Amino acid sequence: MHELAIAQSIFDTVIREKRARDLDAVDKVGLRIGVLSDVLPDALTFSFDVICQDSELGGCRLDIESVPLTLTCNKCGLSSTTDQVTFLCPSCGDPSVRVDGGFELDIAYIEVPDPLSTDAALQRPAPAES
Amino acid sequence: MAEKIEVKKKVLSENDRLAADIRTSLKEREIVALNFVSSPGSGKTSLLERTLEALGSELRIAMIAGDVQTENDADRLVRAGGERVKPLVTGGSCHLDARMITGVLSDMDIEDVELLIIENVGNLVCPSGFDLGEDMKVVLISTTEGDDKPLKYPAMFRRSSVMVINKVDLLGTSDFDVETVRRNALSINPDLKIFEVSCRSGFGLDAWYAWLRELVSERTPAALVES
Repeated sequence: MHELAIAQSIFDTVIREKRARDLDAVDKVGLRIGVLSDVLPDALTFSFDVICQDSELGGCRLDIESVPLTLTCNKCGLSSTTDQVTFLCPSCGDPSVRVDGGFELDIAYIEVPDPLSTDAALQRPAPAES
Repeated sequence: MAEKIEVKKKVLSENDRLAADIRTSLKEREIVALNFVSSPGSGKTSLLERTLEALGSELRIAMIAGDVQTENDADRLVRAGGERVKPLVTGGSCHLDARMITGVLSDMDIEDVELLIIENVGNLVCPSGFDLGEDMKVVLISTTEGDDKPLKYPAMFRRSSVMVINKVDLLGTSDFDVETVRRNALSINPDLKIFEVSCRSGFGLDAWYAWLRELVSERTPAALVES
């Protein structure tokens, strides 16, 4: 159950980004998670929700993109992509392959809410009529 | 319109940064560092006990014994002759991380150490993504487990450089087949160096000790960790 530790790392990183960029709010975090990262999306989402509760990221959601295994064969040079966890070249069957993708555990983006739809915007005094 | 801001950061970048600091600091001292991983009960502590008994007077070895609870493993290593042994009780965490290692190392005298072995928490999933600044991971599997474990936990076997098959004295009492586990492991990672040992009978341990001696004498550990 290392998802809690990973969720905490995501939370810390997003808070740092939010402050560094002087953002009012972050309502979505885009993640890229490789099939070999051994991370359960459901457990990660649950952990992240718990950590965000009553914090400045309250209500922030995760958008998780699964990244397939990408291999390049050291023998025949073929680059292939698979959702299966196999380290054999699908063309020549050779086990000597370079892993070019599949171990990702990256924050791709953060999304800030539409300023017109936030509470702050709704509470802003209407411009004086002239 | 909501606005997307590209970030492109590794989730574990803070852990990776601390691990890189550890790696630099160990390299400066020419210390070879191994990260031992396995399921609970494969025999990590037993292999470390035998290693201390055999090489303790020959090599300057330090060990960090990680566990969720108790300092039992560290106590065993001290009883086996370990002079530089520190327990690392995670208090619930299912893996060690670089911050924990930094904390323990700051409290250890490692100046003249040649070999540092970190015994991770018994778990084939969670420790795989957390770099500890080691030169390589050593994964243990024992003959009382399933010989398909490399296929079930591919990330760990892919990220390891060495596989030790322990408890070979018990072969024949279960359905575990050495050739099958070798084939499965090599299909995940064809570069794995494989040892077959029994910590109980001593079978195969001389080859393991010889490899450690060579590793320390060469002091050019290749970082084989894929990330």
